[in-house]
Amino acid sequence: MSEGFNEASGSIIVRDLIQVIHEQRAYLSEIDGAIGDGDHGINMDKGFTLTARRMEGQLLGMSESLKLLGDILVEEIGGSMGPLYGTFFKKMARVSKGIGVVDGRVLEQMLESAYQGILTIGDARVGDKTMVDTLDPALQALKLANSAGRGFSDALDAMVEGAHAGWQSTKDMIARVGRASRLGERSRGTLDAGATSCYLIIKTLAQSMKELSK
Amino acid sequence: MQRIINDPDQVVEDYLKGFVKAHKEIVSATGHPRVLKRVLSPQQGKVGVVTGGGSGHKPAFVGYIGRNLVDSVAVGEVFSSPTAKAFHEAIKAADGGSGVAVLYGNYAGDNMNVKMAIEDAGDDGITVKTVVANDDVASAPAAQRHKRRGVAGEVLMWKVGGAKAALGGSLDEVVEVAQRAIDNTRSVGIGLAPCTIAAVGKPNFTIADGTMEFGIGHHGEPGMFVQPIVSASEMARIALEKILDDFGFEHDERLVVLVSGLGSTPVMELYIFYDEVESILTAKGHKVDQAFVGNYFTSLDMAGVTLTVMKLDDELRELVHLSAHSVGFHQE
Repeated sequence: MSEGFNEASGSIIVRDLIQVIHEQRAYLSEIDGAIGDGDHGINMDKGFTLTARRMEGQLLGMSESLKLLGDILVEEIGGSMGPLYGTFFKKMARVSKGIGVVDGRVLEQMLESAYQGILTIGDARVGDKTMVDTLDPALQALKLANSAGRGFSDALDAMVEGAHAGWQSTKDMIARVGRASRLGERSRGTLDAGATSCYLIIKTLAQSMKELSK
Repeated sequence: MQRIINDPDQVVEDYLKGFVKAHKEIVSATGHPRVLKRVLSPQQGKVGVVTGGGSGHKPAFVGYIGRNLVDSVAVGEVFSSPTAKAFHEAIKAADGGSGVAVLYGNYAGDNMNVKMAIEDAGDDGITVKTVVANDDVASAPAAQRHKRRGVAGEVLMWKVGGAKAALGGSLDEVVEVAQRAIDNTRSVGIGLAPCTIAAVGKPNFTIADGTMEFGIGHHGEPGMFVQPIVSASEMARIALEKILDDFGFEHDERLVVLVSGLGSTPVMELYIFYDEVESILTAKGHKVDQAFVGNYFTSLDMAGVTLTVMKLDDELRELVHLSAHSVGFHQE
């Protein structure tokens, strides 16, 4: 496996993300229904599917595709997930614009910027039972792998492992922000829907990047 | 689930079309599919009054577009915040050059989207200020008032803010009095049966037969406790007790009482409930200066009621009594 891939040929990443959200629409809504209002999958799928339609017939790079996805989420989806994931993808797009080769270091910068964007717009911090609980350990694991000089493929694996552990950790947490926070102690025992979609996104991102780097 | 719909994923688009057709004397569409405005807005020199929120709360939010009320509304998916773009376009549609007050409810999504919209509106040179309603006493303890949700008390915030703007108040004056209105307002909900989002197809929470959920939120957020259902008089007594405790009145007060159904409770029963509310307040030495009873802020087909009480001062009283007309609200 080579170290990285060409940004200009990376729009498949966004297509893969669209596919996974579409496939997991019912699952995400079901998880959301346990402690939220059960529409997470529906809203996410609406935005991602719309992006698929807008991408048709266009020759886009990874950055442009991520920007399109982010813009659509911010401008057309609303709720909490529109601004949060919209910011997430727009930040990733900005950092990777015209970057040439995407490798572990570039991905780290993309994810770091996306994470900071989410912290700025929302109130959630680690431990609040949100997407931040998936994102933070994913980013930390990626940073650690990069600074240890591990290859891109290993770094991607580490990132997914971090995301998985973080996602699972939301099960025992009490929600402190967002709609589920109204439940208090009753929010314990269920995975957070936003942390779940965030895990699916990071896992898919890693798989697609591995494929592209072959 | 038996509903009068076409495509469950398109209920918002579909109802907005009908709403604009049915009420064309009052509301009109704008360049953005999720923004409606008053036909006569914006008015040059008047502070614009904007609100917005998820759909499913009819007549909120679009039903409050009207004379001496709200100028424009951003519309979200069912129970989901409008986009930042929609709030931004609503702000533009209400701007008469004297600034815009966005009066909305305290929910994570709305907070984020309004925040982003204000940044964009700033780029257009529009001054925007906000008031965030947090009248639901059941949603957080008094010490954490900033965490409380906005519910039916938003109606009184719009009434007061809209009236102040109509009377020529400056942006600061409109925001100050709307803030005072919501600071002087407390609400609590009682749920008797859950609601169903058409696109989901089944209720996403349950209220067992024979029970009621005290303190339920406008989207089915769990309340403070579930107990066997009681009479209308007893419901009124415990709801009022919660609200009055939170107020901690020291004097006999002049009050506005708003009783809103949650969607599927017969309006007749709201009057049975109201009768007891006024009796209790009168017995305690308070005066109900103005009452509103009906479906003012609903939650799809949820059964139950929201009780809202606002404490008046002289200015709030004058603004509450100013005539107003919209699809969902009428005041002589």
